[in-house]
Amino acid sequence: MKLVIIDYGAGNIKSIQFAFKRLGYDAILSNNPDEIKAADKVIFPGVGEASSAMQMLKESGLDTLIPTLKQPVLGICLGMQLMCKSSEEGNTKGLGIFNVDVKRFNNTVKVPQMGWNTITDLKTELFKDIKDETFMYSVHSFYAENCKESIATTTYSLDFASALQKDNFYGVQFHPEKSSVVGEQILKNFITL
Amino acid sequence: MLTKRIIPCLDIKNGRTVKGVNFVNLRDAGDPVELAKQYAVKGADELVFLDISATLEGRKTMIDMVLKVAEQVNIPFTVGGGISSVEDVDILLKSGADKVSVNSSAVKRPELVNELANKFGSQCVVVAIDAKQIDGEWMVHLAGGSIPTNLNLFDWAKEVERRGAGEILFTSMNNDGTKAGFANDALAKLSETLNIPIIASGGAGTVQHFVDTFKDGKADAALAASVFHFGEIAIKDLKEALKDNNIAVRL
Repeated sequence: MKLVIIDYGAGNIKSIQFAFKRLGYDAILSNNPDEIKAADKVIFPGVGEASSAMQMLKESGLDTLIPTLKQPVLGICLGMQLMCKSSEEGNTKGLGIFNVDVKRFNNTVKVPQMGWNTITDLKTELFKDIKDETFMYSVHSFYAENCKESIATTTYSLDFASALQKDNFYGVQFHPEKSSVVGEQILKNFITL
Repeated sequence: MLTKRIIPCLDIKNGRTVKGVNFVNLRDAGDPVELAKQYAVKGADELVFLDISATLEGRKTMIDMVLKVAEQVNIPFTVGGGISSVEDVDILLKSGADKVSVNSSAVKRPELVNELANKFGSQCVVVAIDAKQIDGEWMVHLAGGSIPTNLNLFDWAKEVERRGAGEILFTSMNNDGTKAGFANDALAKLSETLNIPIIASGGAGTVQHFVDTFKDGKADAALAASVFHFGEIAIKDLKEALKDNNIAVRL
């Protein structure tokens, strides 16, 4: 199993690497296109601001590579948001893998949403053995709207897509690597997809 | 529904957990990595590690500890204490910390909050504020509460929110170490004035204090140390009691 975490300078990727290590897998950090293409599974992480992260992807040419990948790809947090059509954060275009826009929570709730919230309407093998209403940890000010590609829903001032899937591409808004044993189960499920 | 968070806080000196009562007398409460793992299993929602080492040697030990915690613990954690630059934060986040908290260094140079939010994102920038109520007014204090400033708690909190803080960790120096409950009036005012999450700190002694700080203090999270470290309150019992009081928690 060759597991690659895309390292393009955005965010805390050590935690994801450590989470896989706890599951018994050595994940490689890489921004090398050949290495990414040759992986069995690809993790696309991201923490920070959308437009500057998108800029970093463009500088390394990863913005054109990622949408062409054929193996299972898992976007986490900002990684998932960047796989969408566009983001209100810095008014940037995304990779356009998921046909949905990313918007900011309105100020009727505290922004960012920080902490543990439930995921429901779970679809696909990514959520195998995960019960409806399981708690996941997230930190985010922007969300993907609920849409046809939603495979999990969370409520925070409104219902939004807390996970998305299209073909070989998966995205989760929450941090499975920080969501206790249930989060680790989701990572395990991704590995066995 | 987004749940209220319970956060044990571990004070770290030279790689070991300590807890200050009123920030003065220190008692040893064990190995931080083992303690952190236990808390994750017992249902803590997050952890905070506060580095109170004063030496360079102690700071290096802290980075080793952060790496070990990130390796072994599967819930989020914040690291604070002695952080004063973008470089300090960079190395902590690269070592696996999820968030950092800044306190005195932000008061001395408020632009630090902007720099950290711009470089790493607001989601990982916690501003810790220690304040004491003097003649009815809440004033910000530095260095563990020993040095008063002329900053008003609410003005300062509003300013750091504007500068990009993602969360406020408010410790009432009047309540800290008393085990007589959190400063709920000030907390509620903070929560109503600001639109970022507020962590209540200082004064936890009983389960009812947590109920009160979530209901009356409108806190998003509550932090405590000794009641957890010395087994006076079990996190699971606490969460069940909160649930019985219609407070959303992760069980």
